Amino acid sequence: MIAVHFFASIREALGVEHKTFDLPKDVETVEQLITFLAQQHGDTWSEILGKGSVMVAVNHEMAERSARLQAGDEVAFFPPVTGG
Amino acid sequence: MKISIQQNDFDIAEESRLLRESNSNTGAIVTFSGLVRDLDNERNVESLILEHYPGMTESSLEKIIAQAQSRWSILDVTVIHRIGELQAGEQIVFVAVASLHRGEAFSACEFIMDFLKTRAPFWKKCRDENGESWVEAKTTDVDASARW
Repeated sequence: MIAVHFFASIREALGVEHKTFDLPKDVETVEQLITFLAQQHGDTWSEILGKGSVMVAVNHEMAERSARLQAGDEVAFFPPVTGG
Repeated sequence: MKISIQQNDFDIAEESRLLRESNSNTGAIVTFSGLVRDLDNERNVESLILEHYPGMTESSLEKIIAQAQSRWSILDVTVIHRIGELQAGEQIVFVAVASLHRGEAFSACEFIMDFLKTRAPFWKKCRDENGESWVEAKTTDVDASARW
């Protein structure tokens, strides 16, 4: 299984807070996860998650799109942070 | 070290007292508190709604504090960040650093705040007379963290 969370404007744009599903065999990186989600949900997802400004975290650590994924990981997509 | 993500307000005097009493070697405590401005980009802000990523927020703040500890000799640190809806004028964030001497506490406090603003997963939504909109990240904040 893999858990994917969406925060702030990304969550609102997609209309989804989180998803949990079996990690497909051919999804080995964050980039491939975005492609997989776009195939499942349509081009809007590809546009929203494909933006260069979108930040990615894997298991609570900031990650690049080339980061490798494995079953049990928690992935999050969110806009640039604005705390403080 | 204290990290707290909370809805409730905090008392700067009380937090400062706790830091003062945590280590008898402390010679300096620098505190920073951030507030909800009532005017942002010429909009009259009624309130901010703060969201975060539970779990990652705490671990990212721990990492930022560890980085500060590796650069400066710090005796103790407190970071408090509020979440939920906050009205204009309310306190949002508190960072306090205790050290032997002021220089290290000043630098570490600013470092922690600059990195909190660009690395910790918090997001602000602004509510004003026109409705609600997400606050955009500022390049000045990115520049501020890049100088370290």
